[in-house]
Amino acid sequence: MAAVRTSSEVAFNRIAIAAVLVATLIFLAPIYWIASTAFKPKELAVSVPPTVLFEPEVTPFVRLFTKRVQMQKAVDPQVYEAAPWWEKRIYDGGERVLKVGKDVQLSQYPDRFMNSLIVAVISTVLAVGMGTFTAYGFSRFKIAGEADLLFFILSTRMLPPVVVAIPMFLMYRMVGLNDSHIGLIILYVAFNLSFSVWLMKGFMDEIPKEYEEAALVDGYTRMQAFFKIVLPEAATGIAATAVFCFITAWNEYAFALIMTNRRAQTAPPFIPSQIGSGLPDWTTIAAGTFLFLLPVAIFTFLLRNHLLRGVTFGAIRK
Amino acid sequence: MTQIELRGIEKFFGAVQVIHNLNLAIADNEFIVLLGQSGCGKTTTLRAVAGLETIDKGDILIDGKPVQHLKAADRDIAMVFQSFSLYPHMTVFENVAFPLRATRMSSGEVDKSVREVARVLRITDLLDKRPSALSGGDMQRVAIGRALVRRPKAMLMDEPIGALDAKLREEMRAEIKRLHVKQGSTTIYVTHDQIEAMSLADRIVIMHEGFIQQVGTPDEVYSHPANLFVAQFVGSPVMNIAEARVADQAGAASVTVGEAPAGFEFPHQLLSKLNGHSSGGLTLGIRPEGVLVRHDAAPGYMPVEASIIEPLGSFDIVDLKVGSTMLRARTKAGYVSGPGERVHVRIDPEQAHFFDTASGKSLGVRL
Repeated sequence: MAAVRTSSEVAFNRIAIAAVLVATLIFLAPIYWIASTAFKPKELAVSVPPTVLFEPEVTPFVRLFTKRVQMQKAVDPQVYEAAPWWEKRIYDGGERVLKVGKDVQLSQYPDRFMNSLIVAVISTVLAVGMGTFTAYGFSRFKIAGEADLLFFILSTRMLPPVVVAIPMFLMYRMVGLNDSHIGLIILYVAFNLSFSVWLMKGFMDEIPKEYEEAALVDGYTRMQAFFKIVLPEAATGIAATAVFCFITAWNEYAFALIMTNRRAQTAPPFIPSQIGSGLPDWTTIAAGTFLFLLPVAIFTFLLRNHLLRGVTFGAIRK
Repeated sequence: MTQIELRGIEKFFGAVQVIHNLNLAIADNEFIVLLGQSGCGKTTTLRAVAGLETIDKGDILIDGKPVQHLKAADRDIAMVFQSFSLYPHMTVFENVAFPLRATRMSSGEVDKSVREVARVLRITDLLDKRPSALSGGDMQRVAIGRALVRRPKAMLMDEPIGALDAKLREEMRAEIKRLHVKQGSTTIYVTHDQIEAMSLADRIVIMHEGFIQQVGTPDEVYSHPANLFVAQFVGSPVMNIAEARVADQAGAASVTVGEAPAGFEFPHQLLSKLNGHSSGGLTLGIRPEGVLVRHDAAPGYMPVEASIIEPLGSFDIVDLKVGSTMLRARTKAGYVSGPGERVHVRIDPEQAHFFDTASGKSLGVRL
């Protein structure tokens, strides 16, 4: 039944919508700026006033993925004509692509990106997995000193992690964990675990214990009941926790900068390091940043239903 | 064939003893109802039988074998929860099939068993739905189906229809009874609703503060309550309880309640049956239907004033002021026209119960 809405309600509604629009614009503005810069011709990136309308090009992405050097003299027209379209774009900028024989030399960006992916995915899986088991234990069993233990777990988040960066760096160097994937993964799991435990405990507490009890009586072990009943019911919570852990690990900058420099370096410290070579090439940096945004955006988009649905329980009466 | 025996069960939650030396033997196919208020230990007892709760002392025997150290999964017992506990991420079919998936049954057999149970419970149309799409009654049918499908040794039900509304509760009560008659399985059923207990049980076990108060058929606990607690817990409207004095008066016994100026007339043999208990510490119990009301004076009837009248459709409950106490009588609808009306009242000696006030125990005196 449609209720009659008063004019003040309509007005409030419009104000609310306007507020949401403004907030959305504010949040999207930097993302728009990064995305648009990633497709701009180099000279327009720093133009004043800023260029809004321009012919988009993918040259920044070509530069992002290749190793290049400045050319001292103009390119031979024959070589230019024979080059593929993307190589012409580099010649246009007064640079040439470095090659070994005929093979194009790729920049370090793909490797750094992969490092980010490896570290973020594995640390998220570990943090959420361990957090889920731990939270289940706290939620379902009587544990001596439960409140103290939970507080202790939370206390690891009570100071900025960077505070321990120097001792961590020294320890890591001593045991050979610096500039290694495992080293970063251990760090990120350690950051995220307390968060994961607390968040998952909330979700676990919401799942009625009768679900498992019914399964226990019906001939299942507790382990089976956990995997068959509790995990599917906790899917929403696991998804939400995973998104947050992934974002934290994916975006982490300080430790990645301190602990890694070559082999295991992730994208966040790598992207700005490109500023240093010659004149700041903002379009290439923007292209790197734009691609770097995509995994989180995609991951969050895929899990959006779980995030939005909240906790719904259809079949239990309380 | 399943017998369940509880021997000397004791259970503590921390320092609080919630079950005191509980002994109970349940015969094959028997429908036992554990009845009591919340916190009386009935659900704990049920969960102990299911294996969801440990016990601190005593033995639980199923078909003569102690099972208290077995896991719930190994006791071959099914349980229906008040919350239904249907898994929201599974269809009705998968919910009912769930206990069978724990066994090595082939999927063809699983399908056959589920459909058979669904037919008995009339939920065949619902098999593809999700629990969230079901009504409360259907959810409970599915929950019962999940319990029945494995053909367990015994069924345990923890307030299975307590979450339903009144009309549906009545319907499901009849359904559970029909199922039990048809399928026949040893059943322990927990409820705080005495009407449910009376209508379903072969025998009722009334519990209070961790102690069994009385075990008996519905008729036994209604007609011969063992103590004041049972007397007041079973039966609706509640039994009248009043301190009473019995005197020998000209060849008859006179029972006075509530400092009334006169007593109710009882046969003389009451005196010998009470055997000295008349001196004091005696409590009379009389159900409202045992309080007889008429408009005109008659021998043995006492004039009193009606105070509150509760019309309940097919009958009225009338509060009558007798001395300093109130007796509630059950009358035909509209028999007493309104508060303040003078009527005449008598207590039917055959329906009177006598209790020792101090211990609350029934004296076992019936006329």
